[in-house]
Amino acid sequence: MARTLAEKVWAAHVVRHAEGEPDLLYIDLHLVHEVTSPQAFDGLRVAGRGVRRPDLTLATEDHNVPTINIDQPIADPISRAQVDALRANCAEFKVPLYPLGSIEQGIVHVVGPQLGLTQPGMTVVCGDSHTSTHGAFGALAFGIGTSEVEHVLATQTLPLKPFKTMAITVDGELPPGVSAKDITLAIIAKIGTGGGQGYVLEYRGSAIRGLSMEGRMTLCNMSIEAGARAGMVAPDETTFEYVQGREHAPTGAAWDEAVTYWRTLPSDADAVFDAEVHLDATTLSPYVTWGTNPGQGLPLSGSVPSPANASDEVERTAIERALDYMGLVPGTLLREIPIDTVFIGSCTNGRIEDLRAVAEVLRGRQVANSVRMLIVPGSVRVKLQAEDEGLDTVFIDAGADWREAGCSMCLAMNPDKLAPGERSASTSNRNFEGRQGPGGRTHLVSPAVAAATAVVGTLAAPADLPALS
Amino acid sequence: MDAFTTHTGTAVPLQRSNVDTDQIIPAEYLKRITRTGFEDGLFASWRKDPDFVLNQPHHAGATILVAGPDFGTGSSREHAVWALQNYGFKVVISSRFADIFRGNSGKGGLLTAEVPQETVEKLWALIAADPATEVTVDLAAQQIRAGDLVADFAVDGYVRWRLMEGLDDIGITLQSGDAITAFEKQRPEFTPTTG
Repeated sequence: MARTLAEKVWAAHVVRHAEGEPDLLYIDLHLVHEVTSPQAFDGLRVAGRGVRRPDLTLATEDHNVPTINIDQPIADPISRAQVDALRANCAEFKVPLYPLGSIEQGIVHVVGPQLGLTQPGMTVVCGDSHTSTHGAFGALAFGIGTSEVEHVLATQTLPLKPFKTMAITVDGELPPGVSAKDITLAIIAKIGTGGGQGYVLEYRGSAIRGLSMEGRMTLCNMSIEAGARAGMVAPDETTFEYVQGREHAPTGAAWDEAVTYWRTLPSDADAVFDAEVHLDATTLSPYVTWGTNPGQGLPLSGSVPSPANASDEVERTAIERALDYMGLVPGTLLREIPIDTVFIGSCTNGRIEDLRAVAEVLRGRQVANSVRMLIVPGSVRVKLQAEDEGLDTVFIDAGADWREAGCSMCLAMNPDKLAPGERSASTSNRNFEGRQGPGGRTHLVSPAVAAATAVVGTLAAPADLPALS
Repeated sequence: MDAFTTHTGTAVPLQRSNVDTDQIIPAEYLKRITRTGFEDGLFASWRKDPDFVLNQPHHAGATILVAGPDFGTGSSREHAVWALQNYGFKVVISSRFADIFRGNSGKGGLLTAEVPQETVEKLWALIAADPATEVTVDLAAQQIRAGDLVADFAVDGYVRWRLMEGLDDIGITLQSGDAITAFEKQRPEFTPTTG
């Protein structure tokens, strides 16, 4: 029977199947960080259980680590306690850990792919909803809660009901200045924050094939914002080229064997999806969010919507609440919204390609006086590569703040926060109320739009900037 | 985990859609390394508003939350479930739950009862008319009863069985230890290890 990519990966990992029960699925890679793991390790200790496969588990510190003065003890005692708990748990249960200060430290979803640990056809989980990122490789990757973290630590498996499949086909050539982030914001605006619920999304079509691995990771990363557990892109030459030569990638005969297998993974031509969505890439333009969920987005050329145009009562109330929180008036041109803070980084847009896109805009330009700009690389390796390419000099010369690796202002668990009422243009993934600090207001944007916004001081695209002499 | 068969209590109407887990418990409260004490972080930012529904004295002691659609979206933080439970909630009723939140709730013993939006609105109306209205959520019959309202709710059959038996997932899986070991023996050798 014809099968989709997701169905093939699922079938290859079923340990136990019984009618009326969830399948027991084997997990190839379990990534761990400091925030969602302490209670899971504690559960193991209470039950007298061990970690079944520490060699398929990897921990790093990312969510609440500081991005300055990392050679000093973490100032916030509660953050420090959580990081210390991770270190103690990893030592006790023999789980490999890349702590703050290690050259391999960084955001868990940047670190896995960079080490070559994320490969096509694998199952990858982490106590973090943005685990969907790893689906860019044709892996089935999804976020789990802490009870499930404990379950995977103890058994290397998870009991799961099969997901439904949704094909999201994006055909055509992307116009200049339009990136993977704009595609995903357009998709979520179209299908809504609940549109992907219960589904694994498979991104297909010529526009997706044309994306780099970094772009595919951005796209899959945001699948959760459409309510989907996972997003996937079928592995192809772009994927193999990215994986080959990385530290944990197979070599020699094992590489050939792996690639032969990976080539069998793409969805069969006659495979049937439970749902289909189509997007014409040529009609896309830079997208920004105006509200308090990632589905509340519009092309940058648009204006703040009015509750009067809502299709039902629930939507009307949602728009009213969002406008009230965001301090916005219906009809205001999005390009006229002034921004205080620009944040570049996160597991969505904290990779080298994102930093290059920002540098391209900032080179020879200055961040507006009214704006503070924070650039936080997704990992130490990304930071070193950016510095090797001289991007840090571009950032610093433009007046931006160049930081150490971590999740930072994406979720404001470390000292990098918005003050109440402050407004950001952010390359991160969530514009929820208070996400970047209590009372803070977030507009989600692509790296290029973030950089142009930093220069202009209001929401802007690179095409809005005067040419450099 | 305690077995769940039926629960009767008063209910709080949360008349908002898209309640994400950042609202249920903001990130600044996630730094604890225990499973208890998260009740002070529940809806922390909204609770600063004296008019917020949870701050109304007539809803004190309520154990059932009746929310708008798309409840529990966003972050996978299980702390959202713990915060609701630590505060005293046993059941959340909504027309649509985010997948990870629903999964986390099932693991932790918080019942997510899915009903059509019109049932949610009838419950809101009943509670508005009398906040002391007793709401019964009967897991065995998959039925919600309040005043003259009798409505069925949806819940995953396996989760229902596990909740009613009070069973621990890990214990169930460990019974398949031999199957896991057999599976591990035939995994392709090219799959990576982290060591």
